[in-house]
Amino acid sequence: MVPISYYLILSAVLFGLGVVAFVFKRNIITIFMAIELMLNAVNLAFVAFSREFNQLDGLIFVFFVIVVAAAEAAVGLAIVMVIARNRKSLNVEDVDLLKF
Amino acid sequence: MFILDHLWIILALPLAGSMLTLLAGRQWPRTYVNISSVGFVVLAFLSYCELLREFFLLNPASPIIKDYFTWMTAGNFRVDFALQVDPLTIVMLGVVTFVGMLIHIYSVGYMAHEEGYYRFFAEMNLFMFFMLTLVMAANLVLLFVGWEGVGLCSYLLISFFFQKKSAADAGKKAFITTRIGDFGFTLGILLAFWTFHSIDYKTMFASAANMPVEGMHHWGVLTSICLLLLAGAVGKSAQLPLYVWLPDAMEGPTPVSALIHAATMVTAGVYMVARMNVLFSRAPAAMLAVAIIGGATALYAATIGLVQNDIKKVLAYSTISQLGYMFLACGLGAYAAGIFHLMTHAFFKALLFLAAGSVIHAMGGEQNMQKMGGLRKKIPWTFGTMLVATLAISGAPLFAGFFSKDEILFDAYAGPNANIFLYALGIFAALLTACYMFRLIFLTFYGKPRYDEHHVHVHESPKIMLAPLVILAVLSVIGGWFVLPTYWGGKDYFQGFLNPVFASSTALAARMHPAWSEPPHSLELIMTAIAVLIAFIGFLIAWYLYIRKPALPKKIAGAFGPVYRLLFNKYYVDELYGAVIIGPIVWLSRNVLWKIIDVRLIDGTVNGAAFLSRETGSGLRHMQGGNTRSYAAWVVVGAVAVTLFFVWMVR
Repeated sequence: MVPISYYLILSAVLFGLGVVAFVFKRNIITIFMAIELMLNAVNLAFVAFSREFNQLDGLIFVFFVIVVAAAEAAVGLAIVMVIARNRKSLNVEDVDLLKF
Repeated sequence: MFILDHLWIILALPLAGSMLTLLAGRQWPRTYVNISSVGFVVLAFLSYCELLREFFLLNPASPIIKDYFTWMTAGNFRVDFALQVDPLTIVMLGVVTFVGMLIHIYSVGYMAHEEGYYRFFAEMNLFMFFMLTLVMAANLVLLFVGWEGVGLCSYLLISFFFQKKSAADAGKKAFITTRIGDFGFTLGILLAFWTFHSIDYKTMFASAANMPVEGMHHWGVLTSICLLLLAGAVGKSAQLPLYVWLPDAMEGPTPVSALIHAATMVTAGVYMVARMNVLFSRAPAAMLAVAIIGGATALYAATIGLVQNDIKKVLAYSTISQLGYMFLACGLGAYAAGIFHLMTHAFFKALLFLAAGSVIHAMGGEQNMQKMGGLRKKIPWTFGTMLVATLAISGAPLFAGFFSKDEILFDAYAGPNANIFLYALGIFAALLTACYMFRLIFLTFYGKPRYDEHHVHVHESPKIMLAPLVILAVLSVIGGWFVLPTYWGGKDYFQGFLNPVFASSTALAARMHPAWSEPPHSLELIMTAIAVLIAFIGFLIAWYLYIRKPALPKKIAGAFGPVYRLLFNKYYVDELYGAVIIGPIVWLSRNVLWKIIDVRLIDGTVNGAAFLSRETGSGLRHMQGGNTRSYAAWVVVGAVAVTLFFVWMVR
């Protein structure tokens, strides 16, 4: 069997990549993709643990996370569309009307 | 016993008059103001007459005390609004209400042309209320209420012409100087409470009667209490060293000088010492202090009054001097004599001030005697009454001042606490008194007019001003006849009347000086003759200098230049106080309290709090800069922090 640590390390690496992309990328869509990446990394960790301890709790939580991710993506992309239409740009630095 | 059962009426009448006049007087015509203020004071006097009648009918052996309500309690400390009537109160009430009434009537004429007529009378009535409270109080704290109240009204009335800077300054000076004495007074009240556990006269005196007499050199608690109370009296009654406010107080209208600074407020100190005679007689050191302060002040003020040119200033220094006599009497244990002099002094000093007001009114506002002269024929009534008062104050035989001053001098020479030094102070002051008073008369009323007769139209005052003068003149003559010297076969009715108040102290004094015995009548006669002779010498000196050789005073002033300047500038005491006391305080206030503590410390703290708040906000605002990427960064930072926290918790 594949040791659980492989899955967890993969999950951590994916999560880390997601964080870095979230902080350093300028395109809003890319940031959303990074968020999705982080969520999926967490899903992977949940599934791995659930397999390890033979419990269903982790899998149930994965369902929750998927649903939330989907809903959030829908709403978020709708907002991004409106912003893009108004600011004519997908650069997150251009969303700055609340700046001091 | 209507008034005796309702003592508060005597207090309430002037208070009601004051409030009524204050609230509604502005719109009222003069007649209404007169009714509401002068009328109420007349009613107060009539109530007093009724009180007198009832008192004589009842003839109580101990003071009548009426307790109306408890003002404040705090543990053992309890102050009631309690009024007391005993012979001393009766005498003081008589002086205050009667002289007060006459002065109110006089003021109707004197203040007729002044702005703020209603304000004047409201303040005068308020003063009457506080003075009556002071006199009728049955405990120290209520007396202090009256004490402070009369100080307040004195301030208001001295600064009556408040637009004039000198008047406003004089009012402040009076209030602040008496405040210094009042600080000592307050400490005395506190010490008295600490010792006797009560500030009612009855309880205090009962406890004190059982306390031993303190030695001259071992100061116990009684001496301390008396000295502290004396500090208050020194301020209020303008004795050395806190007398400096009284001459400046002449900035107020003349009726104010007559009422407050001659007849009533300044006598509050004497009254207080007489009232506390049970305590004072057991503290010989304090008594000696009272006597020395009184005697020294009497002479000191007389020397200054000798060379002043402002008619009111002469009278002011004369008041300080005569108050010195009263203190001298109380310090010698002759309380009845002191109160007697208080009464006669109220009559002739009020008369002197009112007549001086009449002169000033006649001269159209001129107060400098060097610019008067020859007014005798032009204002005969004023002249006549003022002459009567001068004879009284100089101690001319049979006038009021003769009996009272004589008694004090005699007690200084041959009483139980006799002291030749104090007698010398008193007799020399008597010489100077006769001298400067007759100087005043001669400069003002005799000689050639030293003013421009075309510009100043000298006219006699209206009858409403002259009537009180005449009444007071009559009293200045007969007011002393309560005390007929024993060598004439007369009886001291006054002392007899006041006996219940002072008996224990007099008996104590006799016990303390077993070697002393009642002096023979012949000695009294000799002392009286000496006193009259001295006064006559003073009169002769004044006559010689101002009638026979009017050019001489200037030559003497020139020859003794430094002495004259010293006296004319009042021994430079005001300048001394300014340099030694006021200067450093002002420097301290300006440079330390203001520039350092107020500006740097307090303002700095307040401004610093604002500065801190602003800078913190300024630093924190970067978290919400509107920059989305920084938000993202902060989210990550927060997530990491929470994770680490949980890891640490699990460990």
